[in-house]
Amino acid sequence: MSVEAEIRQMLMVALEPIRLDVINESHMHAGHAGSPGTGESHFRVLVVSPQFNGRSRVERHRLVNEALGDLLRKRIHALALATFAPGEAIRA
Amino acid sequence: MSQQAIHDHIAKLVSDNDVVLFMKGTKGMPQCGFSHQVDTILQHLGVDYKPVNVLESMEIREGIKSYTNWPTVPQLYIKGEFVGGCDIVREMFQAGELQEMLSEKGVTHNEGTMQA
Repeated sequence: MSVEAEIRQMLMVALEPIRLDVINESHMHAGHAGSPGTGESHFRVLVVSPQFNGRSRVERHRLVNEALGDLLRKRIHALALATFAPGEAIRA
Repeated sequence: MSQQAIHDHIAKLVSDNDVVLFMKGTKGMPQCGFSHQVDTILQHLGVDYKPVNVLESMEIREGIKSYTNWPTVPQLYIKGEFVGGCDIVREMFQAGELQEMLSEKGVTHNEGTMQA
């Protein structure tokens, strides 16, 4: 399974989002220092989940980080993250 | 150094300095796009922060992740409190919350108006 598909699956299960965008931006970073060159290293994720209600930004990011676990630690080089509770204005 | 010793070292860094940025690269010359964004915001706000280049120390690079329970760098600390990584700092800056936080905690800065 691609890293993108794994991200999608893990976040769907853990966060039950009402919106989930996962964008692979690896091509934008190909060849820069530290880029692993796997073609699936840099991702931008937008999540809208009821689980974010009443939670701070740090708490929301921790929920995402924990949901991704080893995938984030070992295979994802960079993750740009935007988190919203339902009804919050989305600024992607 | 043991992990405890590294954590003690980090605890001292964030208590001895009002604003600490654990980053890849150095102030004004970051080696990573995310570190670059936070550096730009802090410089724009005229915040005199203490940079810690994790690329110079594998022990701090790994130690800061376990210390904060946060898997990525950069990491911003203000008055000993973990504020967040790049996305959080940028969102707070754009909402004016970072400026408010600096004021509340008595950290010298100016009111930047640029949108990062």
